[in-house]
Amino acid sequence: MLPLELYEGIESAWCPGCGNFPMLKAFKQALAELEIRPQDLVVVSAIGQSSKFPHYLKCNTFNGIHGRALPVATGIRLANPRLKVVVTVGDGDQYGEGGNHLLAAFRRNPDLTLVVHNNQVYALTKGQASPTSDQGMKTLLQPQGVPYPPLHPLALAVAQDCSWVGRSFAGLPQHLTRMYKEALTHRGMAFLEVLQPCVTFNKINTYEWYRKRVYEVEKRPDYAPEDELWAYRVAKEWGEQIPIGVIFRKPRPILEESFPQLAAGPLAGKVPERPLAELLQEFT
Amino acid sequence: MPLDLNILIGGAAGQGVHAISTPLAKSLVRAGAWVVVTQDYQSRIRGGHIFNVLRVADTPLAGPREGVDLLVALNQETVALHLPELAPGGVIIYDAATVKELPPGVTAVGLSLADLLPGTAAGEIAVNAGASGALLGLLQVPVAGLAEMLAESFAAKGEEVAEWNRRAATRGWELARAVAYPHSLAHLTPPDPPRLFISGHEALALGALMAGLTFISGYPMTPWTSLFNAIGQRALKYGVVLEQAEDEICAINMAIGASYAGARAMTGTSGGGFCLMTEAVGLAAMTETPLVVVVAQRPGPSTGLPTRTSQGDLQFVLWAGQDDSPRAVLAPGSPAQGFSLALKAFDLAERYQTPVFILTDQFFADSQHTCRPEDFVARPVPMAVELKPAGGVYERYALTESGISPRRLPGFGPELVVADSDEHTPDGHLTEDLEIRVKMHEKRLRKLTGLAREMRGLTTLGDPEAPLVLLCWGSSRGPVSEAVSRLAAQGVAARMVHLSELWPFPREAVVEALKGARKLVAVEQNASGQLNRLLRQETGLMAAHAVRRYDGRPFTPEYILRGLSGVV
Repeated sequence: MLPLELYEGIESAWCPGCGNFPMLKAFKQALAELEIRPQDLVVVSAIGQSSKFPHYLKCNTFNGIHGRALPVATGIRLANPRLKVVVTVGDGDQYGEGGNHLLAAFRRNPDLTLVVHNNQVYALTKGQASPTSDQGMKTLLQPQGVPYPPLHPLALAVAQDCSWVGRSFAGLPQHLTRMYKEALTHRGMAFLEVLQPCVTFNKINTYEWYRKRVYEVEKRPDYAPEDELWAYRVAKEWGEQIPIGVIFRKPRPILEESFPQLAAGPLAGKVPERPLAELLQEFT
Repeated sequence: MPLDLNILIGGAAGQGVHAISTPLAKSLVRAGAWVVVTQDYQSRIRGGHIFNVLRVADTPLAGPREGVDLLVALNQETVALHLPELAPGGVIIYDAATVKELPPGVTAVGLSLADLLPGTAAGEIAVNAGASGALLGLLQVPVAGLAEMLAESFAAKGEEVAEWNRRAATRGWELARAVAYPHSLAHLTPPDPPRLFISGHEALALGALMAGLTFISGYPMTPWTSLFNAIGQRALKYGVVLEQAEDEICAINMAIGASYAGARAMTGTSGGGFCLMTEAVGLAAMTETPLVVVVAQRPGPSTGLPTRTSQGDLQFVLWAGQDDSPRAVLAPGSPAQGFSLALKAFDLAERYQTPVFILTDQFFADSQHTCRPEDFVARPVPMAVELKPAGGVYERYALTESGISPRRLPGFGPELVVADSDEHTPDGHLTEDLEIRVKMHEKRLRKLTGLAREMRGLTTLGDPEAPLVLLCWGSSRGPVSEAVSRLAAQGVAARMVHLSELWPFPREAVVEALKGARKLVAVEQNASGQLNRLLRQETGLMAAHAVRRYDGRPFTPEYILRGLSGVV
C-alpha cells in the first residue's frame, strides 16, 4: 500500500457535508491500496462540482469542458495505454450534455473507469433539475416539478453491453472503496455510478433518503451479474429499493486492441519517420 | 502555340465518370502532359448528371479553365447540357447505345460494344475504356500505358473483365486514330523523374504523415471527408490511429486528449461540423494543447451546398471560440503548398502549444493537379516537450516571456501534468484570483507575437510595378495567377498577391507587397469580402474593387477577367 499523503491535493471549495468528500477519501484509499502512483494516473473531468475532483487530488489532470470528458479520456487511452485513466463527472454532465459520448463509449469499451457522481441535481448552477432528478422534484426553474421520469443510465449501460456496471453510495465508505477498487482493476470500461447527496440543493434525495433505500445486490439469492436480462431488471430498479454493488459484468475486447498500430508501444512522445519517396510513388 | 485542351467527361451518376478519369489523366501525365482534373458532382440544371473536366496541356497549368474541346458523352443529357460550351473544331466521343441524337456538323466518334468487344459478354460500362482509348488516339498518345492501368484497376473483377478493358481501350484508340484531329501530344516525352498527379487533400495528407501524425479523429462531412479518407487508407501501414467519432464535438475533444497525452494529433471538418467544434477550440487554446484543425469550406449558411466550394469561413475560423485566444490560420493555394503547410501547421502547433487551422475548400480538396515531386520537400518536426526531470516544482503553465511554458507528458516522469479549461494558476489548478487571470490571459496571447514572426507565405507574381493588383488567398491562387498571365498577354500590366498564411496577419509583408497598388482588387469566393475586411482591420488598407464568387463553383481565369471588365 502507498501512503495516502501522496494523493493530497489543494483545498476544496465544496460545501461542508457534500457527498464528494467521502468519495474523495474512498478514492484515495483505493488508489493507495492498489498502489497506483499519481504519475501513472490521469483523472479527466469536465464541468460541475464533481469535476473539481482531480484538483483536490494529486495526479495528472485534464479538466475539460461540459460533457466531453469521455472523448478526452478515450484520446488519452489511445495515445498512451500505459496510463491509468479515470473520468470523474456528474449526472448533468455525463447524462445530459455528454449523453452521445456515453453511448459511444459503451460500444468502444476503452480501458478506463467512468465515475458518475449522481446527486440528481445541477449543483454548480445552483439547483436545476438533472436527467436523473425524480419526477415531480420542484426547483427554481421547475416550480411545478420535474415533468418527466428520470433516465436509467445503468439500464442503458447493460443494454449496450458496457463491460462493467456498478453503483455505490457516498454514505457507505467501505462499500465505495471496494467498488472503486473493482472498477479500477476491471479490464475495459467500468461504469460506476455513485449516489452522492447534495446537501445544499437537493433536499429530497438526502443521506437519509438513500440510506433507507440502498441494498447490496450481491446479497440477493438470484444474484447473476453475468446474466444481462437479470442485470437489466436490477438496473431499472429505482424507488423504494435501490441496488448497489456490481450489477453487470461482460468481458469484451477493449478499444485499444482494435488498433494493431498500438502493438509497437504508445504513440505518446513519438514522431515516426516516414519514407517520402514511397508515399509519393502512388501518385506517379 | 502551346496545346491546351479541355476534355469533359459527362454521364449519369454510376456510369463510371470518375472511374475512367483518373486512369486517363494519369496515363496522360505519365506521357508528359500537364493535367488538371476538376469534379462536378451535381448538375447546375438537374440532379444525377455528373462530369469531370480534364484540362490537358503541354506546358504547366495553374488550374482549370472554362470551355470544352473534347466532349465524352456517356448519355444523351451530356450532349444536351454541354454542347453550347463545345469550341469550334471540337469533337464528341459518345456511347452509341445511349446517345442517339447528335448535332449536325460536329465531328463525332461513336463507340459501341459491337465494335469494341465483338462476341463478348462485356457490359456497357466497358465503353468507358473505349472512350479513354479514343481520347488518347485523337491526341496521338500511345495507348499501352492506359490499357495496362485499366487492366490493373479491374483485375479484382477477374481476368476476363481486365482483358475486356484492355481490349476496349486499344480498339477505341485504333478507331479514333482514323479521325483527323489537328491537336497532338505526340511530341511529349515521359518526364524523369515522373510527375505526380495528386489532389489538394491527398497532398495535405502526405504532409501530415511526414510531419509525424500519429492520431486523427473526425466525423464524415463533405468536403473534409476526402482528407480523412486519404489518411485512413494509409493509417495502418504508417502507424496512425484513426477514430471515427460519434460527432465533431467528440472528434476535437478526442484529438485534444490524444495530444495532451503526447500523440501528434489532428482533426478536421467542414461548415456545420466546425460550428460544433468551436467550444473545444477554446479548450485547446486554454489548456495549451497542440492541435491541427482542418476546416474544408463549402457554401453555407447551415447545410448550404454540400458538394460545392467556398471561401466563406475565413472570418469564422479567425474568431471561433470564447474570448480572445491564440491561433494560427493557414490556407494552401496548391497541392505542394498543402504539403508544406501541413508540416508548418504541426510545427507551429507543437512549438506554440495552441490550435493551428488549415483552411481548405472543395475545390482545393478534390481537384487533381500535375506536380513536380521536387516541390514536395519534407523536414523533421520534432516534439517540443521536456522529458528530463524537472528537479523542482513543475508548473505546466509557468509564466514566460514568450508565453510558451515547458510542456511535459503525463506518465513520463514524476512531474504531474495538470491541464485545466478553467482559468488556472501556473501549476494548472483552477483559480478565481483575478490578478493571476490577467497574467495567464496575457501569457497565452503573447504567443501571437512569436507566431506573427513565423508568418510567411506571401506570393507575388506578374509585373511588380503594375498598379493593378489582384489580392487573393487560399485555393484561388491558380485561377488568379492565370488571370494575371492572360492580362499580361493582352498587354495589361497586373500582378497577383496571394496569401497562404493569414493569421497572425502578416501586416508588414502585405503593406510592402501592396505598395503602388493603385487599383487593388480583392478576389474572393465569398459574398462579403472577408479577406478585404481583414486587410482593412490589420493595415487600414482596403481594396476598392472586388471580384467575388459564391455560386459554389471554383474561380476560373475567365470568370475573374469578366469580373475585372469594369476595372481594367
